[in-house]
Amino acid sequence: MVNTTINLKGLSLKNPVMTASGTFGYGEEYADFINFSDLGGIIVKGTTLNPRQGNPYPRMAETPSGMLNAVGLQNKGVRYFIDEIYPRIKDFDTNVIVNVSGSTMDDYVQAAEMIGELEHIPAVELNVSCPNVKQGGMAFGVTCSGIEQIVSAVRNVYKKHLIVKLSPNVTNIAELALAAEASGADSVSLINTMLGMAIDAEKRRPKLSTVTGGLSGACVKPVALRMVWQVYKAVKIPVIGLGGISNATDAVEFMLAGASAVEIGTANFIDPAVSVKVAKGITEYCERHGFSSVSDLTGALEV
Amino acid sequence: MLVLHSQDELPDILPGQFVQVRADGAKNTYLRRPISVHDVDYEHNNITLLVQRVGEGTKAICDSEIGSVLNVVYPLGNGFSVSSDWKSVLLVGGGIGAAPLLYLAKVMKIKGLSPLVLLGGKTKNDIIRIDEYRKYADVMITTDDGSLGEKGFVSQHSVWNLREFDHIAVCGPLPMMKSVAAIARQKNTDCEVSLENMMACGLGACLCCVENTKEGNLCVCKEGPVFNINRLLW
Repeated sequence: MVNTTINLKGLSLKNPVMTASGTFGYGEEYADFINFSDLGGIIVKGTTLNPRQGNPYPRMAETPSGMLNAVGLQNKGVRYFIDEIYPRIKDFDTNVIVNVSGSTMDDYVQAAEMIGELEHIPAVELNVSCPNVKQGGMAFGVTCSGIEQIVSAVRNVYKKHLIVKLSPNVTNIAELALAAEASGADSVSLINTMLGMAIDAEKRRPKLSTVTGGLSGACVKPVALRMVWQVYKAVKIPVIGLGGISNATDAVEFMLAGASAVEIGTANFIDPAVSVKVAKGITEYCERHGFSSVSDLTGALEV
Repeated sequence: MLVLHSQDELPDILPGQFVQVRADGAKNTYLRRPISVHDVDYEHNNITLLVQRVGEGTKAICDSEIGSVLNVVYPLGNGFSVSSDWKSVLLVGGGIGAAPLLYLAKVMKIKGLSPLVLLGGKTKNDIIRIDEYRKYADVMITTDDGSLGEKGFVSQHSVWNLREFDHIAVCGPLPMMKSVAAIARQKNTDCEVSLENMMACGLGACLCCVENTKEGNLCVCKEGPVFNINRLLW
């Protein structure tokens, strides 16, 4: 028997597989396909203090082995989440984690504080890395001082597990991870989407209403893997790896590079049950390679 | 035409609902493609789709060999309304986009309605499966070049001057749906259209396929694809 449990600095996961924010709705959308109890956690859609309509259509363009999105954090706001959605999802038999975003520092602090009062939400993932909003979002996440400000302010009001989701659109991601750690983050997750662009040559127009958008899917995996490795070597807090994970082998690679847990994102769009298959596949890998505990994979890369 | 066979019993599928299909292993595409249900054969657990080769995704699906296994998620979205109170119903389709109207006509006929079907296309080659439609409905046709039926667009067909309808259902290219919606609005006739915004998940999770409506941005995959025109900003 392989021990699949993961301890993320106090946050206990049944297995290392979670679903990435923005690709899994509020979980309910996938209820026909999987049992949530088979996952380490689900990270629900980016939530902001106030409702957001997001960006105009078109918001998505398929690219080779991936896609660009420019949704722009469409959501009904944290109050709506607490009143309408939380009661429906709070008893899922897994860790339900809320991704929190904002335009101003105050937005982040207030939203995190409100989520912090919800008994069945054991963690928040602070999104300082969304490339698709005009203010806030990635602007905070691309400088160490921005990260320090936001993370320390949220840390003051939020007492449970605080994950900080990092942007790959930076020169040295390890420095930003260190800034998050120094400001009180319990863990870091990476990578959010990479800023990209697609053009319709025939129409001579951009494919997205916002011109640029966030690239995700299998195509970003090598970059994500490299960044997880760099961050793992720099920080002491757990690293959650994501970026193009499409199967169990991909997930194992992220763990070998230093991830303590992983998130499955865009692959959910191709196979709605992929997250559970990845979790099973990681266990099988451990059996095959003689690891008695999944957590032993973390950083087990032989260089 | 693509026939999907399920080894399991098919769930209830509403006319206007869609499936998402991907030919796994296709080198150049990533996401499943949303395709509306053209017909359902519950006896043999078959779903018929009409797939037009427009890009890499549909090309990979069209090139799948008979007997191959496809990645399919279904049934998705909400269907067209069907009410036995309606005395006269018009179904308007354009080109291959008319596909879901065959199954809609079939279901309406089963429920005792006698829908009229108006099909439009550029030329007679774009009007397909007429005999299938005729099993369930009287069929009228327009072509842009006059090679079949009345010459012109569906919005110019003579039926608009001759008949009034309790309900109109429309599926086809966006300009054509908008022109029919404009007529419906002018005549104050209840009207539903089926949108096909670009989608990723098909489940209402990714929020990519939104239509800006009177209620804000709504997912076409989950809140639609069928919308009453009163909800839209058209």
